[in-house]
Amino acid sequence: MIGYGLRRLLQAVPTLFLVVTLSFFLMRLAPGGPFDLERPLPPAAMENLRRVYGLDQPLPVQYLRDLAALAQGDLGPSFSFRDLGVADLFARGLPVSMTLGSLALLLALGAGIGLGSLAALSRGGTADRLVGLLAAASLSLPSFVVAPLLQIVFGLGLRWLPLGGWEGGAPAHLVLPVITLALPQVGVIARLTRTSLAESLSAPHVRTARAMGLGPVRVLAQALRGALLPVVAILGPLAAALLTGSVVVETIFGLPGIGRYFVDGALNRDYTLVMGTVVLVAVLVILFNLAADLVSAILDPRLRLGR
Amino acid sequence: MSAAPALAPARAPRRLAPRRLALRRLARNRVALAALALLGLIALACLLGPFLTGHAPERSYPDLRQLPPGLAAEPGPERLQAALDRLAYRMRARVAEAERQGDTLRLTLTADRAIDPRSLAYLPRSDLFGEPRIVAREAEGRRLVAEVLVRRLHFLLGTDVHGRDLLTRSLVAGRVSLLIGLTATLVALLVGVAYGAVSGFVGGATDAVMMRLVDILYALPFVFFVMVLVVFFRASLALILLAIGAVEWLDMARIVRAETLRLRRRDFVRAAEALGLSALATLRRHILPNALGAIVVAATLLVPRVILLESFLSFLGLGVQEPGTSWGVLVAEGARAIESAPWMLAGPASFLVATLVALNLLGDGLADALDPRQAG
Repeated sequence: MIGYGLRRLLQAVPTLFLVVTLSFFLMRLAPGGPFDLERPLPPAAMENLRRVYGLDQPLPVQYLRDLAALAQGDLGPSFSFRDLGVADLFARGLPVSMTLGSLALLLALGAGIGLGSLAALSRGGTADRLVGLLAAASLSLPSFVVAPLLQIVFGLGLRWLPLGGWEGGAPAHLVLPVITLALPQVGVIARLTRTSLAESLSAPHVRTARAMGLGPVRVLAQALRGALLPVVAILGPLAAALLTGSVVVETIFGLPGIGRYFVDGALNRDYTLVMGTVVLVAVLVILFNLAADLVSAILDPRLRLGR
Repeated sequence: MSAAPALAPARAPRRLAPRRLALRRLARNRVALAALALLGLIALACLLGPFLTGHAPERSYPDLRQLPPGLAAEPGPERLQAALDRLAYRMRARVAEAERQGDTLRLTLTADRAIDPRSLAYLPRSDLFGEPRIVAREAEGRRLVAEVLVRRLHFLLGTDVHGRDLLTRSLVAGRVSLLIGLTATLVALLVGVAYGAVSGFVGGATDAVMMRLVDILYALPFVFFVMVLVVFFRASLALILLAIGAVEWLDMARIVRAETLRLRRRDFVRAAEALGLSALATLRRHILPNALGAIVVAATLLVPRVILLESFLSFLGLGVQEPGTSWGVLVAEGARAIESAPWMLAGPASFLVATLVALNLLGDGLADALDPRQAG
C-alpha cells in the first residue's frame, strides 16, 4: 500500500513538469508583460524592472531558473503585489479557500450520497423522480446565478445572513458560499450514487445478505460499500471542480481566497502568481486522485492487486 | 452513407431495428420530448427573434435605462414627462402643456425669449419622438405649439443600464452561446472520437501510452489553462471555441475507447477483419456506428457543460467581449445590477438555465432510450 502510494507520487512528477512547462511558455509567448501600464514606463525604468525580476535573460535560461526554483519549492516574488512573495499570498488566501472547499466537499458528499441512496431505494417512485429533478436542476444552475439569488433571498430579503465578506471565517459568512459551491456537485454525486447503488442492491452478495435476514440498515451498508466506488473515483475531478468554482464564489461573495488571486494574476500578467496557482491546483488535484485510489483500494480489495 | 445501394435493403432492417426501438422509447419519454421541443423553440427564437423584436441589439435608448419588464408601450406618461422636461431644458424652454392623443403629442412650449424652431430637432434625436411639426408660433416666438409623433416601444424583458432591449440582447446572446456550445462540442467530439477509437482499436502498448497521456491531462487544471489562454491572448471567439474543445475531449476519448474495446471482441468485427476489411473501414463501418449511441449521449450532455464553461469565462470577464454578448455576459451584468434591476439577471438567466435543463434532460432521455437493458 505504501509502496503503491509512493509510486503514484512519482508518477505525478511528469504531470507537474508538463504543467510548469505548458504554463511557462503559454504565458511568455503571449503578448504583453507584467509592467505594461496605461502610460508606458520610461525605457530605462523598464530595463531596470526587467533586470530586477530577471526577465532580461533569454527565455530558456529563465525557464530553467524557474523550474529549478519551483523544484525547491520557491514560488518567487509576485509581480503585481509589491513586496509580497507568491508564497505569502497563498499563506493568506489558502486557509480561506481550503475552509470553503473542504466544507463544500463534505456537504456535497453528505447530501449527494444521502439523496442518491434515497432515490435508489425508491427506484421509480416519487422520491426517485424528485431527486432526479433536483439533480438536473443543480447541474443546470450556474453558480453565478445561484449566488446572487441566495444573496437576494437570505441577505437582502430575509436578512438572515450577510451578503458577503470573510470576517475571519465567521460561520454566518460561510453558509451561502459553501452552499453555492457544493450545489452543482450534489447533483453529480446523487446521480452517481443512485445508478451504482441501484445496481449494487440487486447484486448477489446483497441479495444473500438480505436472504440471511440482515436488517435494512445493514443491507444498505453492505450495498453502499461497493456502490461508493464510482463516487470515490471522481474525487479528483470533484476537487478540481470545487477549485474552479471557488473562483466565481470568491468573486461574488468578496472572499480573499486564492481563486481571486488567479484571475487578478492572469489579468495583470503576474507570471509567478499564475504559475504558482496553476502548480498549486495541479498538486491538489493529484493528491485528491491519489486519495481516491487509496480509498478505492480500501473499499474494494480486488483493486489492490492491480497496478 | 457510403454503403453500396444493392446491399442496403437486405441489411437495413436488421441494423436499424435497435435504433428504431430506441427512437420509440424516446418518443414515449414525455420529459425528453418536452426538452427537445423547448430546445427547438429557444434555437428558433434566437435565430429569428432578433428580427422581430423591433430593436437592434446595439440600439440604446438613453431615456429608457433599466426599464422593468412589461407589456405596456413605452414611454409611459411618467417617463414621457421626464423626457419632455429634460428636452425642454435643452431647448431653453418650459413645457406649458403636453396633450397626448393616441400617438401624437400636442406640445406647447414657452420661454422668456424667442424659441429657436431649430431646437425642436432635439425631439427626434431622443429616440422617443418622430419629426415635429410646428402648428403655431405666438407671442413673438416665445410660445410655440408643435405636434410630434410619440413612438411606441415595447420592452418585454426590460432594458439594461444602457437602455438596450434585454429580449433582443438575450436572443442575440443565445446565438453566440449556442454556437459556442455546438462548435466546441463538435471539436471535442472529433478529437475525442478519433483518439479513443484509435487507442481502443490498436490496443497494446499504443493504447497504454495514449491512455497514460489522457491520465496526465486529466490531472491538469485545465480550466485554469483556458483562463490563462484567453486572458493572455485576448479572448476571441475562435480561441474560446478551441480552448473549450481542447479541454472537453478527454471524457469523449475514454467513452469511445471503452466502446471500441467492447466491440472489438464481438464476432462481427472479427469476421470483418478476417475478411480483410482495412482497419479504417472496420472502424467506420462496424465500430463507430455501434458506438454511436454512447457518443450521442455523451455529446448531448457535453453541450450544456460547454455552454456553462463559456458563460463561466464570460462571467469573469474573460470570455466574449463587448460589443459581442453571450448569456454569460448578460448574467454577469445582471448579477452586478441585482439590487437596482433584478430583471436584468432574471431574463438572460432564464434563457440560460432553461437551455441547460433541457439539454441535460434530453441527454438523460437519450441515455435511457439507448440503454439496451431497457425493455420494449
